[in-house]
Amino acid sequence: MSVVGHSPPPFFKRGPAPLARLIFFVTVSITLLVVDLRFKTLEWARLGVATAAWPLQKAAFLPIDAAGGLEGYFSRLTTVLAENDRLRAQALESANLLLRQGHLEQENKRMRALLEMRERHPAEGRLAEIIYAARDPFSRRVIIDKGMQQGIAAGQAVVDELGVIGQVVRVFPLTAEVSLLTDKDQAIPVQVSRNGLRAVLAGAGAGVMELRFLAANAEVQPGDVLVTSGLDGVYLPGLPVATVSQIDRDNSFAFARITCEPIGGVERHGLVLVLGARQALPPQPDDELTAKSKPGKGERVRKRIR
Amino acid sequence: MAGSQASHASRRILQPVKHWFIVLTLFIGLLLNMIPFGHLPGVPDWIALVLAFWCVHQPLRVGMGAAFIFGLAMDVIDAAVMGQHALAYVLLAFAAGGLSRRILWFPLSQQAIHILPLFLGTQLVMMAARMIGGAEFPGLWWFLSSFTATLLWHPVTYILLTPQFMPVEKDSERPI
Repeated sequence: MSVVGHSPPPFFKRGPAPLARLIFFVTVSITLLVVDLRFKTLEWARLGVATAAWPLQKAAFLPIDAAGGLEGYFSRLTTVLAENDRLRAQALESANLLLRQGHLEQENKRMRALLEMRERHPAEGRLAEIIYAARDPFSRRVIIDKGMQQGIAAGQAVVDELGVIGQVVRVFPLTAEVSLLTDKDQAIPVQVSRNGLRAVLAGAGAGVMELRFLAANAEVQPGDVLVTSGLDGVYLPGLPVATVSQIDRDNSFAFARITCEPIGGVERHGLVLVLGARQALPPQPDDELTAKSKPGKGERVRKRIR
Repeated sequence: MAGSQASHASRRILQPVKHWFIVLTLFIGLLLNMIPFGHLPGVPDWIALVLAFWCVHQPLRVGMGAAFIFGLAMDVIDAAVMGQHALAYVLLAFAAGGLSRRILWFPLSQQAIHILPLFLGTQLVMMAARMIGGAEFPGLWWFLSSFTATLLWHPVTYILLTPQFMPVEKDSERPI
């Protein structure tokens, strides 16, 4: 601090004053925040840092892996036996369905071809494992162990054996981030499987979801199963998503408050299937284009004049 | 405790700190932060703790520049928004650097009480940055990690000052 306008002699070089440095760094940080939140153009920087930090991150997994290995060592035989029994029963149960599915798919294909319908994109998937939940407490994201190297791309849907759990939002060379359905920023178009009512399901945090923008008298009951409608071109139609758990019809609001619970193991860890990217839907009719392509009266008049 | 070695009240003269040791401890903090605990409450933010420690003890060597760089690294590792940790850590480094002149005259327990508001402020800044961007409230349990970090101030001080406690000349007769 200077005394009456005299700064101390510069014996020791210290660089710019702390306040100046603070203002500089805070400005840079806030710029980064705004750029990332609003324009989402910082993915290349993120990719670079993530790749550089990967070996360190791998080392950080060691204690968790070791703990898991120790636990598995003591309980391996009993768990494996129990799991084997369960899986055998399950395989027998599903064998019947599986045997018929190949036949049904063939038949379905032929009939669709007969009807000259656009062939549905075949559901192909890649098995991945959830390694850990991201530490960020403000969002619901998990990291899976497949990335760019395995051909994962942002936008692919992620399902487990019960239903949809989320969508790939960011890809790194060897890992990928999956935004869970319960994330506040995640929305998915669904329909009620009982009556085909279409709606948008959005995450509400804390392991639940909310069916938005349905009128207070919409025909939804607790226990209804919601499946993907496939209108967005991301999710295949017909995948189970959630069950309606609670409906709050308050006439003072335009919309009903409908709380849903996910069917898939959204908040659990384990194996998941990353579905292949769907073929793009036919482009939607563009209002402006069609309006322009129609010969208007004014154009015709001008042509005649020329 | 009058003879507390990690404060100015101590009559002990510490050895000068080694630059590589500071860098190493910061990287160890980063490594500890990468251990995937998920949403377990009460896991301290190791980088914030180590940064605050060095900003208090070596304000001329560790400051806002280091805080900014490690903040960016944390943003990527946490899958957070770019700049969230950077902003919070820069403010933490500034505040800790400002405190460094006086807080070292206190015994360690009182130092920790001085540091607690800084950690809470860091978390509040992060929360403000994210909630303006439309994120959900993480719950009050999230703030528990500041308190665990404060409890760790005492052991961390001794661990990080160990190389400086070493005697200059090695004496084979001396036990430590």
